[in-house]
Amino acid sequence: MFAFIVRRIIGLVVVLFAITVMTFLIFFATPGIDPSRQLAGRNPDPATIAAVRHQFGLDRPLPIRYALMMKRLFISRDLVSYGNTAVKVVPAIVSAAPVTFSLVIGAAFLWVVGSILLGLVMVTFKGRWVDPFLMVLALIGISIPVFWLGEMANLVTQDRLHNTFLFHWVPPLGYTPFTQDPWQWFLHLIIPWITLSILYIGFYARILRADLLEIQSEDYVRTARAKGLSPRSVLVRHMLRTSMITFVSLFGLDFGVLVGGGALLTEVVFGLPGIGLLTYNAITSLDLPVIMATVIYGAFFITIMSAVVDVLYARLDPRIRPA
Amino acid sequence: MAEFAFEPEPEIRLAPGESAKAIEGKSPWRIAGRRFVRDRLSLAMLALFLVILIGSWLAPVYAHHIAHTDPFVSNLTGTTVVNGKRVQVIQAQSGGLGLGSIPIGPTWHSNYFIGADNQGRDVMARVFYGGKASLQIGIVSAVICTLVALALALLAGFFKGWTDSVLSRVMDLIWAFPVYLLAISLATVLLTKPGGLKWGPVTVNSSSLWVPTFIIAIVYVPYVYRPIRGQVLSVREKEYIEAGISQGASNLRLMFSDILPNVLSTAIVLLPLMIATTILTESALSFLSIGVQPPNASWGTVIEDGQSLLYSRPLVSIVPGVMIVLTVLALNVLGDGVRDALDPRAKVHVRE
Repeated sequence: MFAFIVRRIIGLVVVLFAITVMTFLIFFATPGIDPSRQLAGRNPDPATIAAVRHQFGLDRPLPIRYALMMKRLFISRDLVSYGNTAVKVVPAIVSAAPVTFSLVIGAAFLWVVGSILLGLVMVTFKGRWVDPFLMVLALIGISIPVFWLGEMANLVTQDRLHNTFLFHWVPPLGYTPFTQDPWQWFLHLIIPWITLSILYIGFYARILRADLLEIQSEDYVRTARAKGLSPRSVLVRHMLRTSMITFVSLFGLDFGVLVGGGALLTEVVFGLPGIGLLTYNAITSLDLPVIMATVIYGAFFITIMSAVVDVLYARLDPRIRPA
Repeated sequence: MAEFAFEPEPEIRLAPGESAKAIEGKSPWRIAGRRFVRDRLSLAMLALFLVILIGSWLAPVYAHHIAHTDPFVSNLTGTTVVNGKRVQVIQAQSGGLGLGSIPIGPTWHSNYFIGADNQGRDVMARVFYGGKASLQIGIVSAVICTLVALALALLAGFFKGWTDSVLSRVMDLIWAFPVYLLAISLATVLLTKPGGLKWGPVTVNSSSLWVPTFIIAIVYVPYVYRPIRGQVLSVREKEYIEAGISQGASNLRLMFSDILPNVLSTAIVLLPLMIATTILTESALSFLSIGVQPPNASWGTVIEDGQSLLYSRPLVSIVPGVMIVLTVLALNVLGDGVRDALDPRAKVHVRE
């Protein structure tokens, strides 16, 4: 187990290095692209371009430029945004992170509870109308673009039904930090949580259902039934626990992807000032250092999460643990 | 002496409720076709998808002969006829301070059927054209992605060794990036080049649909590559491949006429699900204004246009969104149907 963890960490370091190189190459060495022209903003004059080129060391060889950029990103952490040179990129990401975490953790809670319930109901009512009906519902859930669902939620809760008893409690779009007012924090996030979790509830419920149906014919399930255990106990204590192995590993990866930037569209639609909104604002103003930093941050987070999942998975399921 | 067990692998399995007689002596493709034709829901969804596809391709017909507008030209001072009266397309706002202006709402007539956007363009006609662009990008990028992944997986799985290591490491690297962030990185870099991109003899205008098509195709290659490579690796060890090698068959022959047909069904199962995924990705990129560029329209750009009109003219956002949901839903059900037809017990999922 120890050797496995060490190997995984070495692999992780290699991948993280490769990620920074690839991101750097995409932004600063794509053929036919002059980064200084983009860094200088829209319609820059030649003097600005030359100044930017020198300031960023873009007149120097590629490996040195890479080293300089990484130094400013990780060691001195003084990389500045181009839209607003007073904004330092790394602190901006750090201060946006709690918003993204709040959004994703709440949604993750909803989708775990929701999909397990839905999956269990579908398996329990297999062969009756409830099962195909819920399957269709789950399929619709995974077919809705999340940004559009968010807009529709806004349309209903902020405008059309806002003055009725149903949604008068919904606060205007935006975010209140948990430390400032936990109740307002909660109210602001309810609709975004539901919106973000619907796709995942549909997806996980379908996977769980398929998994449970497959496990149904395993020997140990038959044994449990033969012992005279109640159907509910067989389903929850024996079958569900086995299918949790797949569930947990998928969950770790999806959680990583969402915190790493996958929640971008939800943050944009609901005006939540997290890392996704930071990226979005950087896209609209073509702020390359911010985009590059958020992309590297996201890829780092996802890679580290998937390494953690691998190790946890090996603990959960000794069969896949390498000798 | 060693014992050889020649147990044929159960490659063709019975679907639930299917009799062995029904599939006896038939080729795998005929069996799949038979199962698919009996799957009413999948057929209905295929029909729905084809209706949307053909309808979108008739976008010019709708714009010129039914709506009588050009949905790519702004029409701020134009007029249209509602209930026999001639009205402005962009109307002065009566409420509030009376200073703003608001595009006309749904007329429920051929002209401005569901109203106009901020620039006075016919939204219904834009939804038709948007569907054309969205479906084109979705289908073409899914096909390119699948073909590239298939070729790479064949190379990696067939030659193994360092070819496999290099290809798989590159795929792992692309995989490590969040799909949207990778697409955003590529799009911001590629779309902001004034005057288009020049690579040697090839010039791509940055408003060309090929830019989002290629970006989306690239980011999903690892998702198709992984399952197919696994299959190629296992097929590579089969006796018939060994037999081919011992008879001196060339590598190309082994790859294309012996291995490819055996992994093709996975690619076919993945294709509708991939198109569903690429359409969703395209709409998200366009919504973030880094997908389809003006003057072109896609469902995502129409939703983006409707964002500022969400509370006053919600139909501008609702209609293209409903089209996306219907199309993606049809493709998802279709993907399930194709999977059940080809291999009733396979587990294939595509994720965003």
